[in-house]
Amino acid sequence: MIRLVGILVGLGFALVALISFVAGFITWSNEEAEETAEHAFHMEAHAPADGFDFEGPLGNWDVAQLQRGYQVYKEVCAACHSLDYVAFRNLEELGYSEEQVKAEAESWLVPGINPDTGEAMSRAGMLTDYFPSPYPNDVAAAAANNNAIPPDLSLMTKARHDGSNYVYSLLTGYNDPATYTNEAGEGFAERFPDSMPGTGLYFNPYFANLNLAMAPPLTADGQVTYSDETEATVEQMAADVAAFLTWTAEPKLIARKQTGWWVLAFTLFATILAWFAKKQVWAGLKPKRED
Amino acid sequence: MSFPWAKEYEPKYGLTKFFDEKLPLPRLVYNAVGAGYPVPRNLSYFWNFGVLAGFCLMLQIVTGIVLAMHYAADSGIAFGSVEHIMRDVNWGWLMRYAHANGASFFFMVIYIHIFRGFFYASYKPPREMIWLLGVVIFLLMMATAFMGYVLPWGQMSFWGAKVITGLFGAIPIVGEPLQIWLLGGYAPDNAALNRFFSLHYLLPFVIAGAVILHIWALHIPGSSNPTGVEIKQESDTLPFHPYYTAKDGFGLGVFLLLFFIFLFFMPNMLGHPDNYIPANPLSTPALIVPEWYFYPFYAILRAFTFDFILPAKLWGVLAMFASILVWFFLPWLDRGPVRSGHYRPLFRKFFWFGLIPCMAALFYLGGAHAEEPYIMFSQLATAYYFLHFLVILPIVSSIERPDPMPYSITEAVLGSDKKAVLGENAEPVAV
Amino acid sequence: MATTTGTPEANVTAGEASGEDGVRRRDFIEIAAVSAAGVGGLVMVFPLISQMAPSADVLAESTTELDIGALETGQAVKAVFRKQPVFVRRLTQIEINQANAVPVDSLRDSQTLAERTQEGHEDVLVVMGVCTHLGCVPLGAAEGENKGEFNGYFCPCHGSHYDTAARIRKGPAPTNLEVPEYTITDTTLVIG
Repeated sequence: MIRLVGILVGLGFALVALISFVAGFITWSNEEAEETAEHAFHMEAHAPADGFDFEGPLGNWDVAQLQRGYQVYKEVCAACHSLDYVAFRNLEELGYSEEQVKAEAESWLVPGINPDTGEAMSRAGMLTDYFPSPYPNDVAAAAANNNAIPPDLSLMTKARHDGSNYVYSLLTGYNDPATYTNEAGEGFAERFPDSMPGTGLYFNPYFANLNLAMAPPLTADGQVTYSDETEATVEQMAADVAAFLTWTAEPKLIARKQTGWWVLAFTLFATILAWFAKKQVWAGLKPKRED
Repeated sequence: MSFPWAKEYEPKYGLTKFFDEKLPLPRLVYNAVGAGYPVPRNLSYFWNFGVLAGFCLMLQIVTGIVLAMHYAADSGIAFGSVEHIMRDVNWGWLMRYAHANGASFFFMVIYIHIFRGFFYASYKPPREMIWLLGVVIFLLMMATAFMGYVLPWGQMSFWGAKVITGLFGAIPIVGEPLQIWLLGGYAPDNAALNRFFSLHYLLPFVIAGAVILHIWALHIPGSSNPTGVEIKQESDTLPFHPYYTAKDGFGLGVFLLLFFIFLFFMPNMLGHPDNYIPANPLSTPALIVPEWYFYPFYAILRAFTFDFILPAKLWGVLAMFASILVWFFLPWLDRGPVRSGHYRPLFRKFFWFGLIPCMAALFYLGGAHAEEPYIMFSQLATAYYFLHFLVILPIVSSIERPDPMPYSITEAVLGSDKKAVLGENAEPVAV
Repeated sequence: MATTTGTPEANVTAGEASGEDGVRRRDFIEIAAVSAAGVGGLVMVFPLISQMAPSADVLAESTTELDIGALETGQAVKAVFRKQPVFVRRLTQIEINQANAVPVDSLRDSQTLAERTQEGHEDVLVVMGVCTHLGCVPLGAAEGENKGEFNGYFCPCHGSHYDTAARIRKGPAPTNLEVPEYTITDTTLVIG
């Protein structure tokens, strides 16, 4: 009885699935599949020429690069993007002394209250403060940016696929859609005239739908003056800020990998011991013929 | 234990004697996983996964209790509290990554455990109850994992909660009120997050209870084994300790090596980047997918696109639930006289060339975009999935002629058995 | 080790029947494996315990700054240090005299006022507003509160009386109100 019902139920589900398949197949084969602009022109993120020092199981932070990246964030990105989950005290991990971080915190204005009247006011930042948001709320952020709220950057490199490379590629990937051609040599403007960026949008093949609301933030070499005399090319600034944002997204990245090596080494050792122990225990039980 | 040659626990010292008299817990352990539990001597490494699953459950409970000490189930601060765990709590990143990857590894282990059961037909009598409890555990795990994924309150959490509770909306008449009741609102928010947290904390202990029943039921007939031949004599068995404790110890080491590689070097590989974006009820991610371990069922859900008598949405929901519920009936759908796939030529072919590719396809398609040709492939795989369990298995198991089997486990291992001379090994042993 | 052959039944107990050397080697390897597992388990416990200690953001909040320029003689203010109250009082000359008049040896927790204040700022008394008995907040810092029998602080929970130097004089509290670490530069008090 169970089997009979089972066979009927099984045939039923299979039949409906197959009907769906046939219906889907007919629509699919009759439809001229129109290639989308995203499909033809979207590019996967790629690494900067020298890669990133933190990549790989043995990677480590390039502290100087993180400091440069922080400078780029502060002087360029911070105008529109918040960094909600990072506190000034965290900057000590970038190789600054406590005094330097204190001074750095004081150079930012954070929202506070007047201790006498309780009214809202701005005060100098302290170690325990988090990076202030450039806008008081989302409505203000949207109003100031043509309705596109600039996303928080703390977790950006983890919130995108291949995030560190994505940030680098996006920042260096702006192009003129009128003249841009993809690897197959197709011109974007000729192929998808309807997908040309509208007002307030900018063409970037690394962005998911190719047109993003952020104007190219890094436009000219030397936009930032590095104190360590690194040449501030657009690629350099993009790589530096991508490294900095990797740190903000995963400050424990290097500590994690370093812990990992110790843990793996010990586990490997213990597993080898366990293998020999298992062999010892089972040694007397090797299959043997009686005769 | 039902085997007469099982060793009996003999307390040697005053304290152990005292315990044995007042609360025979040491005796229970001795008979459950000690020298007092005779186990088939021919178990392969596929039999390690039960113990590994138990380890995963403990790992999830321990790391979960720790995380709950720092997590805040409030839609306004849940995302931030997870970041607080990742950044400020001592070893918080380790706890969270261990818990998140632990869930994935738990499912990997459990899938191998289940497919071990499929191939060796471990569900067949006398082990139906073990199998039924196992399916209950799997369902509880799915519920727990789903609710756990909602807690970080990222984009995938939010939209996962919305989509999965939306499944209940497919039920005629009561569907919509049911969905609103489940969420405690019209969309996932504080009410939903709080109840998911409460249940996410509760269900693992329910699972632990079901696991105890699962092991209890296992100890009545004893473990199955790769030949599928039942234990006949003492020489077919070994005491669990030290033989299988040693083997499980080694297996645990290998498991931990793999787990640690993921945990320390690619902890986000099995996750989805969108869950690092705070939940936004006004913007849907381009691709909503569950965690990888739900992909096959998600693929089945999306495979139904045609309104045939019932609406397609309802078909999808029914099929998704049916795809797991069908496992409950396996002991009665498989009529084969022989258990192990080793001695079932036709059954084996359908397993390796039917079920396994079908599941692999469903795993892949469940994570793919909902567009052609992926949907067409998932429709074919879904059709095969139901045919396999509900049509092919009952028919194949009725008509196939099993290969000759060893007379006993001893014979399978040692190549001879004193009683094997009788020539009984030519005939498959009915079970 | 396993040279024992014979019936399968005999094989089952082969481990136990093996020779002296085998037993020793087997014991060593097994003890080593079990010990390694034990050490690994213990190491795993460490983060589980450590996670309950104060997190980085809590530790970072461990200093408090206060401007005491406007604090007048005889006045006290309450501040918050590590989420606990701190009483800062500018003592009057009468209060200082009262405190110094007490023979130190007669006190439960012998300390002079000078030991409880900083050089050059003997009139500024900074103490944690946490009764050393069971942690209630003593009264006496705000205007009009009961200052107890010794004109300092009074804990209403179990009746501990503190004198003008916040030393325990009567009641169950075992020690004086704690003086936190602090520095005073000009008019700025930094606690912690």
